[in-house]
Amino acid sequence: MTPVTSASTSPAPNPPAPTAERSGGTGRPALSHRLAERGIDRTLLLLLPGLVFLILLFIYPFVYGLGLSFQPMHGSGALYNYQKFFSDPYERDTIWITLKIGLPAALINVLASVPIAYRLRGRVRGKRALTTALVIPITLGTVLTAIGMIEYFSGTGWLNKILIALHITDIDHPVPLLHNYWGVMLSLLVSGFPFAFLLTLSYLSGIDPSLESAAATLGAGWWQRFRDIVFPLLAPGLAMTFCLNFVLAFSVFPSAVLLGDPERSTHVISIAAYDAAYQEYDYSKASAIAMVMAAVMLIVISIVLFARGRLYRGSSGGKG
Amino acid sequence: MTDRTSPPGPVRAPAREGQFTHLRLDKVSRRFGDKLVLDGLDLRIAGGEFVALLGPSGCGKSTALNCLAGLLPLSGGGIWLDERRVDTLPPERRGFGMVFQNYALFPHMSVRRNVGFGLRMRGIARQEARARVDEALRLVQLAPYADRLPGQLSGGQQQRVAIARAIVIEPPLVLMDEPLSNLDAALRLDMRTEIRRLHQSLGLTTVYVTHDQEEALSLADRLVVLREGVVQQVGTPEELYRSPANPYVAGFMGYRNLFAMTVTGGEGGHATARGLGIELTGVAGEGVGSGPATVAIRPEDFLVGEPPADAENVIEVGVEVVEYHGRELAVQARLPEGQALRLRTSTRVERGETVRVWVPKDRVLIFADATAISPQPGPPQSGAPDATGSGQETAAEASAS
Repeated sequence: MTPVTSASTSPAPNPPAPTAERSGGTGRPALSHRLAERGIDRTLLLLLPGLVFLILLFIYPFVYGLGLSFQPMHGSGALYNYQKFFSDPYERDTIWITLKIGLPAALINVLASVPIAYRLRGRVRGKRALTTALVIPITLGTVLTAIGMIEYFSGTGWLNKILIALHITDIDHPVPLLHNYWGVMLSLLVSGFPFAFLLTLSYLSGIDPSLESAAATLGAGWWQRFRDIVFPLLAPGLAMTFCLNFVLAFSVFPSAVLLGDPERSTHVISIAAYDAAYQEYDYSKASAIAMVMAAVMLIVISIVLFARGRLYRGSSGGKG
Repeated sequence: MTDRTSPPGPVRAPAREGQFTHLRLDKVSRRFGDKLVLDGLDLRIAGGEFVALLGPSGCGKSTALNCLAGLLPLSGGGIWLDERRVDTLPPERRGFGMVFQNYALFPHMSVRRNVGFGLRMRGIARQEARARVDEALRLVQLAPYADRLPGQLSGGQQQRVAIARAIVIEPPLVLMDEPLSNLDAALRLDMRTEIRRLHQSLGLTTVYVTHDQEEALSLADRLVVLREGVVQQVGTPEELYRSPANPYVAGFMGYRNLFAMTVTGGEGGHATARGLGIELTGVAGEGVGSGPATVAIRPEDFLVGEPPADAENVIEVGVEVVEYHGRELAVQARLPEGQALRLRTSTRVERGETVRVWVPKDRVLIFADATAISPQPGPPQSGAPDATGSGQETAAEASAS
């Protein structure tokens, strides 16, 4: 908010602080104007609820957990939990296991959302219906989706029944899509794709359609228009979409338990933290694992955002 | 993009190699749902010609342009370049250059890459492309800005980049969709001259869409006035300015006073109409007999003051709004029976005053068409006419002049 606009909005009736309105009226106009010049006025109060939530629900628990992780229950030294985590291959490998699931899942979701969103960017018949259908998985929640997938993908589920009927496989060798890596991956695709799609669609509709028209009149076919105009303008948005999707996938828990192989191939980092907290009742170790988890996510996001910083990020002339 | 020059004016030899002789629009129609926004547009454009499509928003002019560019499919009819049918081609295979109202520059590319985009799509060798881009940028006087991003340029500079980008590919046809409407008034005049200059030096066939009759008159070799998808009149600027075919075109050509009156008589090419408490004699248009008619008068054709003995069409009006425009005053006045009237005069008049005005009968046009009183107004600064039939204009509307 610029000083100019805040100065002009400050005398206006302000619902969140009706009592303060009177004191600003005749008493000290000079002070309120001086403060407004610096962007300080009653509209700042709108930030208060968010700030309270942020402090109570994020900053305090985070700092508390960080402190806790340096106070190990067993062993000695503030870094004991971290040393233990990185020296035990079973624990340490949860990072790679989770990355191996999270990175491809986020990447596939983003890449799959691009062509569909691109096709649906303008006015398309049936867009609402299709968008609704694609968004339904969000509303169902992970567990319900997982139950459905167990029904569908299991050895005696519909998919394998169809494959057996088509003689693609036989009853003794059903395609294994549950309780392994692929079960978790499929679940992440089902739940992560709608997010990626909705974000990509909104980023795409922020790109002025006349840019593509201009490119077309200059001789660019659809692939050149996509490659040279749409994709470069969309890339920063795709980077953000990837980050959000990756964070969701990296903290995967229910589907790793329900659809995966939580002891071995899908022993993801959140399961390690859960085991530490509720199997071993070692909250300090669990906090340390959570901190490692946060650090890995931060590293990945930093890399992506650094790369994004090198892209063109100005206006794409859209109407939003 | 050489130094070839071609003479201005509507009649012009094909100026370029690869130039077509005729672009033919054959009953081009376009509907959106049930609405026919372009109804059988027939038009023949000679190579090298500058044609303006003129009309208020929603008249179908932009639709016509988008159909030409290939950005909208036709609902009927065809478009032919000499004997080659082009309306079935996608835009990228027509090779027409287009300049958009909002510039549509690629924001992530430098000015140089923007202008070179079309050449790159055509696979022109890098060396040649660079030379042609430099030449085009020099032509629009933007050579020093080649390495900037469009966002770092002013509106006028951006539109010059857009023009350079469209002409660097040496298209057989340049399409311009209200290219000046996002610019401020002074810049608009400069750019208008610039576009005219480019057209005169390059001889590129141009179709130019605008709602601003001044722009159309000053730029085009030929004007096409559209109304609700139907052509009203096609002609040179002078033809349209001198003898508009109907009240609608007259409204666009500066006849801001359009009165609904009744013809009572006439002789020798003139007719006399009565109504609104006055009587006016003017040049009778085609088909004027007796009965309802529209009388059109330009604001600047009124004379104010004590009328001489042989003055024609003397009427008495009450002055309501006076705007100072430097050389002259823009006045909104009202006839005794309430009809609003606009006039421009260098004679000093005051609000509330009752003055006598008169207008030579050769400056009054009378049309048989009594239905087309109110063409929609364009943006205020364009000087497009607005309705004068209702007699209910406000002072704010009067400032449109």
